[in-house]
Amino acid sequence: MKTVEDLRRLRKRLQSQTRLRHSGGTQIIVGMGTCGIAAGAREVMAAILDEIAKRQLEDITVRQTGCIGMCEKEVLVDVVRPGEPRITYGKVKPTDVPTIIAEHVVNGRLVDELVVAKIEEPQ
Amino acid sequence: MRELADHIQDIMQNSVEAGATEVTLEITEDRQRDVFIIRISDNGRGMDEAVLKHVTDPFVTSRRTRRVGLGLSLLEMTAKRSGGGVRIESAPGRGTVVEASYVHSHWDRPPLGNIAATIKGFIVVNPEITLNYVHSVDGKVFSFTSREIAAALGEEIPLTHPDVLSWLDSFLTGGISDLYGGARENEDR
Repeated sequence: MKTVEDLRRLRKRLQSQTRLRHSGGTQIIVGMGTCGIAAGAREVMAAILDEIAKRQLEDITVRQTGCIGMCEKEVLVDVVRPGEPRITYGKVKPTDVPTIIAEHVVNGRLVDELVVAKIEEPQ
Repeated sequence: MRELADHIQDIMQNSVEAGATEVTLEITEDRQRDVFIIRISDNGRGMDEAVLKHVTDPFVTSRRTRRVGLGLSLLEMTAKRSGGGVRIESAPGRGTVVEASYVHSHWDRPPLGNIAATIKGFIVVNPEITLNYVHSVDGKVFSFTSREIAAALGEEIPLTHPDVLSWLDSFLTGGISDLYGGARENEDR
């Protein structure tokens, strides 16, 4: 079983590897209002974190938001790559997560059939 | 809301939206007393008496996009249906405590569900909030505070680092399943 001591050792190991932590990574935002949770947002969140760990992706920020009023389209997941428009995916299932991560987060290709909104980056 | 973890996620999100910097989640499972109690306390802005009186009414909400707030009403509905109820204490500037109790063996009491994944998600997504977790099953306790995790991890390494996510997974899943005698973490027998 893992302990906090294991975490301290992990920190030492990661620190010794010269890795520049640059800000401005990709943001993934999951809708976590009551409507989102009822639609299965917890499992989608878990799938996102699992995919990040599995693919060893670094510099991803994961956030949650409350209900934005598009309840019938929950589970909503926003992806914002630095310098790119904010894309809202709707009716996301845990099985869609690997596709969204592989296509959009890693390769910058939108998963068109799941997109519900697109907001240009403010200048 | 199929699992108690759904309600927990929902109420903890209320704490976040109330501006809390510290949230305490206590889960008490006691088969001898046949009770299952979930208690979520926060240091958010709190509610005044006028709001508190009607807060479980679905048409009472702090939201501005809709005039319906279902979280607490659903929580109360599930608790009452399981032979229990909901108690809420709050005061402006003094934070809020939401306590939901259920008859443990009640047929309608939902399973806890994957609480480890829920907590992991909360910690990773709210790094600026301290989460205190206390989970007891028939007297056996697993508890920790995210403050200790943050201190061990330091400033430079983000919680979303894949190795940290793996550690969190093992730490939480191991600690919680241990409470049930090393069985599946969402065992509810």
